[in-house]
Amino acid sequence: MGRGLIVSAAALAAIAAAGLWVTRAVPDESSDLAALTPDVAHGEQVFLASGCASCHAADDAEGEAKLVLTGGHRLQSDFGTFVVPNISSDPEHGIGDWTLTEFADATRAGVSPDGQHYYPAFPYASYARMTDQDIVDLWAYMQTLPADATPSAPHEIGFPFNIRRSVGVWKTLYVDDDWIVEDVATPELERGRYLVEALGHCGECHTPRDALGGLDTSAWLAGAPNPSGRGRIPDLSPPEFDWSAVDIAYYLETGFTPDFDSAGGSMADVVTNFSQLPESDRAAVAAYIKALSSE
Amino acid sequence: MKHVKTMVALAAMVSGTAVYAQDDFSGQLKARQGQFRIMAINLGILGSMAKGEMEYSAKAAQNAADSLVAVSMVHQPPLWPEGSDGMAIDGTRAEASIWDENEDFLSKWADFGTAAQAMQASAGDGQDALGPLMGQVGGTCKACHDNHRAPAN
Repeated sequence: MGRGLIVSAAALAAIAAAGLWVTRAVPDESSDLAALTPDVAHGEQVFLASGCASCHAADDAEGEAKLVLTGGHRLQSDFGTFVVPNISSDPEHGIGDWTLTEFADATRAGVSPDGQHYYPAFPYASYARMTDQDIVDLWAYMQTLPADATPSAPHEIGFPFNIRRSVGVWKTLYVDDDWIVEDVATPELERGRYLVEALGHCGECHTPRDALGGLDTSAWLAGAPNPSGRGRIPDLSPPEFDWSAVDIAYYLETGFTPDFDSAGGSMADVVTNFSQLPESDRAAVAAYIKALSSE
Repeated sequence: MKHVKTMVALAAMVSGTAVYAQDDFSGQLKARQGQFRIMAINLGILGSMAKGEMEYSAKAAQNAADSLVAVSMVHQPPLWPEGSDGMAIDGTRAEASIWDENEDFLSKWADFGTAAQAMQASAGDGQDALGPLMGQVGGTCKACHDNHRAPAN
């Protein structure tokens, strides 16, 4: 009897320890980032391709104001409403006092400087695939952006999703830096894959999620309900999606669909960003999307 | 006198009925969706030339650009009566923000006019000019759709 209790207690302790281990916040396993030379101009390209301002700028911001990453945008989800934080260069209310390593941990591993998990509304599951050089360049660029002293507002998330340690379990299930499309035959397809699967985080909206909010990669880019309300995020995979490569690149440049309707909603922001990238990048995304057809 | 009163009452009823019958705003919906359709057709001509899918013709490009400017000159407020948003009636993706932030909506329409005029000034100058001009026009389309049009189903 006494022995049974001891065994049960030991088992419980082991389970609890395993639980704590699984749910702990594991930082980014980055190599020596500080040894890399930052390129601020390239950082701007990474910033645009990653769509940082689309969520972190104020909702009504246009033009230059899009570079003030004050936060406040509300992201509706099945788990509650996430309020996007201030990531401007303000040292108190933004991320101005972070180190490069802390920035890399946040962006690629979803771990905050004080060791908490971020919710995956922040698409670190995609950014996990970002290269070391791009992280270094992005950080260098973001430090040049304006400071804003607006405090971040708390998320409006109910039990049990407000227990951040549970995100640790989610991460072990859904976050790794493997590519979704494994074989890329050309440098252009490889670049397209990087833009779509890592920086552009296209799958975060265009791929359906399972009951726990993880991406169902078996239906990669196959369209999904729109979490922010009415309508559906379009299917980009064949046979449903039949735009030509030229059509896709042109859409990303001008916002015009093949029948000259125009982008709206979140895709309007994506087009604003991608129109500022080199033509070769838009062509690479188009090539990647078209290559989905042949699988 | 009584006769006059009856006439007034009847007239009020008839006009009241007439107002009621217009409450689906089908005329305004057709008008505003029609103007966007005219824009899409002409942008299609210019865009196909810009993409190289259609042979460039200075005359066709100019005609298309002129048509865009013509649409941009249509005074918008009569086409957007209060209560003709997508939450209130079927058949439209107009967001309530069009009325809540009406100044912003109208200034975005004016931006389209400015971009259309830039297109009009240079559309006849050759195929190379079209790309950047289409970018400008497209920018004004999505700036407005970003805020004021609901996503498609």
